[in-house]
Amino acid sequence: MQDTTIVNNTFDFGTITTPVNDWLNSFMPQWLTTTVECVAVGVGLLLVYALLALFYIYFERKVCAFFQCRLGPNRVGPWGLLQSFADMFKILIKELIELRHIDKFLFALAPYLVIIASMLCFACLPWGNGLQIIDFNIGIFFLIACSSIGVLGILLAGWSSNNKFTLIGALRSGAQMVSYELSIGLCIVTMVCLAGTMSITGIVEAQTDTWFIFKGHIAALIAFIIYMIAGTAETNRGPFDLPEAESELTAGYHTEYSGIHFGFFYLAEYLNLFIVSGVATLLFFGGWMPLHISGWDGFNMVMDYIPTPIWFIGKAVALSFIIIWFKWTFPRLRIDQLLSLEWKYLLPINLFNLVLMVALITLGLTL
Amino acid sequence: MANLQEKIAKQFAGTPIAVDNSGMPQLTVENGAWHDTALVLRDTIGMDYLVTIVGIDRGETLGCIYYMMSSTTGETCSVRVDAVPDRETPHIPSVADVWRIAEIYEREVYDFYGIIFIGNQDMRRLFLNIDWKGYPLRKDYNDDPALNPVSTENERQSDNTDVYSLDENGKVVKKERAIFQPDDFVVNIGPQHPATHGVLRFRTAVDGETIKKIDVYMGYIHRGVEKLCESLQYPQTLHFMDRLDYFSAQNYHHGLALLYEKAAGIEVPRRAQVIRVMMDELSRIASHCLFMGTYCMDLGATTMLFYTLRVREQILDIFEKTCGARMTFNYPCIGGVMQDLHPDFVKDVKELLAVIPANIKEYNKIFTGNVIAKNRMEGVGVLSKEDAISYGVTGPSGRASGWACDIRKLLPYSIYSELDFEEITRTEGDSMARFKVRLDEIEQSARILEQLVDNIPDGDYCAKVPKVLKLPQGEWFQMVEGCRGVFGVYLNSDGGNKPYRLKLATPCIALAAVVDHITTGNKIADLITIGGSLDYIVPDMDR
Repeated sequence: MQDTTIVNNTFDFGTITTPVNDWLNSFMPQWLTTTVECVAVGVGLLLVYALLALFYIYFERKVCAFFQCRLGPNRVGPWGLLQSFADMFKILIKELIELRHIDKFLFALAPYLVIIASMLCFACLPWGNGLQIIDFNIGIFFLIACSSIGVLGILLAGWSSNNKFTLIGALRSGAQMVSYELSIGLCIVTMVCLAGTMSITGIVEAQTDTWFIFKGHIAALIAFIIYMIAGTAETNRGPFDLPEAESELTAGYHTEYSGIHFGFFYLAEYLNLFIVSGVATLLFFGGWMPLHISGWDGFNMVMDYIPTPIWFIGKAVALSFIIIWFKWTFPRLRIDQLLSLEWKYLLPINLFNLVLMVALITLGLTL
Repeated sequence: MANLQEKIAKQFAGTPIAVDNSGMPQLTVENGAWHDTALVLRDTIGMDYLVTIVGIDRGETLGCIYYMMSSTTGETCSVRVDAVPDRETPHIPSVADVWRIAEIYEREVYDFYGIIFIGNQDMRRLFLNIDWKGYPLRKDYNDDPALNPVSTENERQSDNTDVYSLDENGKVVKKERAIFQPDDFVVNIGPQHPATHGVLRFRTAVDGETIKKIDVYMGYIHRGVEKLCESLQYPQTLHFMDRLDYFSAQNYHHGLALLYEKAAGIEVPRRAQVIRVMMDELSRIASHCLFMGTYCMDLGATTMLFYTLRVREQILDIFEKTCGARMTFNYPCIGGVMQDLHPDFVKDVKELLAVIPANIKEYNKIFTGNVIAKNRMEGVGVLSKEDAISYGVTGPSGRASGWACDIRKLLPYSIYSELDFEEITRTEGDSMARFKVRLDEIEQSARILEQLVDNIPDGDYCAKVPKVLKLPQGEWFQMVEGCRGVFGVYLNSDGGNKPYRLKLATPCIALAAVVDHITTGNKIADLITIGGSLDYIVPDMDR
């Protein structure tokens, strides 16, 4: 039974952006307006990207410190808050070491590919009501496509470094990411079935009455668990951090990188953590959509007063916490175990789950 | 022991059998007959574990003393073989096919004495650079620094090894053999690598992720401890024991002190014996705790390290109060221990014993039961009991393969025969078994401590020992149980106040030598698992 009485009363940021657009259009030609807007949005995005990465570095260090009976960074600034800024400046002013016997062009290109892939995905996320940056009718597929560029950067980095460790790391990474993208793709397809649309705004709005994790119950829960496992693998984080398993391959594909090039890999890794959590939020926890419970109108009103970007970022950070929790608890898998987990277990379960979801929808068993 | 002597006398009628000062039968074997005798010793007499090969320079001749032990009864004997024909090209038949570990022990003797082992498939230097001039443990070695200057260039290295054989005229013929196949993809793991636990190097031939062959390359922190000992007085040599396996510093100190006391006929006061055993067991717990922490970190579970270090810190605090140091304690000395226990010792040990059971429960919860940990460790790096004996893999790693090789039970020393504890053995022989053996050994060590903590007798903590200790002429051998296996010490005294030859037979060299055998066919990640589970300490193998 769908309760159609729930309406979304959150503040639509479109009411700010549309007048600005109209005002710009009033004295500028269309192409110039678009250019100005793109630049403005791009700069804003870069800023948010950098700040979020810094936050995540601090967040992970603190969380893992508490897991390990330590205090974590506590010297630079109050509670060590400025530690990640200090680290960033250190990375910025570090020397880019020139290596001999490498493919210089590809070596320099690789970190940019990784960071561009991560930024494109970042722009697809549903930041808030009316704050969708890239939004078109196949939005979620565009996101998968972008995220796949990242593996190219990692393969290039490993290969062009002319180092056996990086090569093994890159090959592992290639095998791992290509495999786990299947799972992620199938999870997304499962949820797209439920949403009935591939547009990111459409998916969020389909969750006005209730989030998909509740709406799709069994099938959505299975998809969510698989997504979290595959997402952790996709970001190369523990227990799936084989491409950079430091006890085996020193640092895997980015062993030879230094300075800001290394920084790009580092930032991208943390941001991918956010993106994976963000997509999970979008697919299972309503993106920026506040928690609505049918019948509880007062509660729904209160929830709507919390700004939508806070909803989105809050949910994404909470999910990231789970992924960080994985990393600091579990030992690392071996490459053959990693691949058999995907191909022998996750993929068949996922295919079955897709059929289950379609059956639930056809029979009208969703909430 | 008498039984063994009769058996040997019956088997080798006509061969001179002596008894060394430790009461161990010593056989002297003709150079040419050595290989056949070795086979008989192994198969008929049951001497299936080669403890060590001691190279020795007797002035006129060079030679070796082979110490061996029966893996079941703990009976030990030694065999003396002299190298022929002269000091220029001395050679001895190799027994690497009788005891697998002999291959690496023979390389060590070759490195230090230049004795060529005919038939050994890998006659390279073990610790020193391949272009080192001279054989440092020979008495006529020229230690002029100009001959072997400190190199500022990269170390020269070779992909070939030498194999020696005898031609029909009895002349030594050298043949080169490549270590790897020409199309092998060789990855260099170490010497600077997070998971080799020190500066150890594995040249690893891989096929994709699968390991085809490993060439273990040691000697990066070789300090020539045995050579240094020959120029130091007996009490001074004790200090090096802290710097071999620095986690079993107490046990190694204990071993060498026992040897000197046996040679000098010093009676150790009861109080000192109890203190020594308690320190041994404390360091065993500390060592196993560190093993678990670093091993889990090797497998990617970083958090476990901090949980195990919590217990280790507590033990180091106990050590610090009594010995004044958290590492390199230098605590046991000839005749007893350096100073009396700290007044808090009993209280602190009781506090430690109170927290250990809860901690072990926590370790099991966080790691042992974890499905990923099980997948990574179970069935990985299986070492059979026969191979463990043949490769001389002792300690917890040997016991995980089902070989009850605890010297505390086989040849009890100090007060161990009075104590009630179990020897932990498992049969699986895989990495998980090695992990679990150590976990259970912590409980057993705690049990020993419980029995002793309230029964530390009063009295002297050190016997009266002459200021300048001179040992009578003769040969002694002593074995103790370190944290990683059997630690044997051989002493040859010429009656002076310095050892004529002091050989330290450490367990870790065997642990590293077996890596190639049990990793072949596994994945690169398994090399880390297996290496971690063997728990070798590099200064212990390099010395």
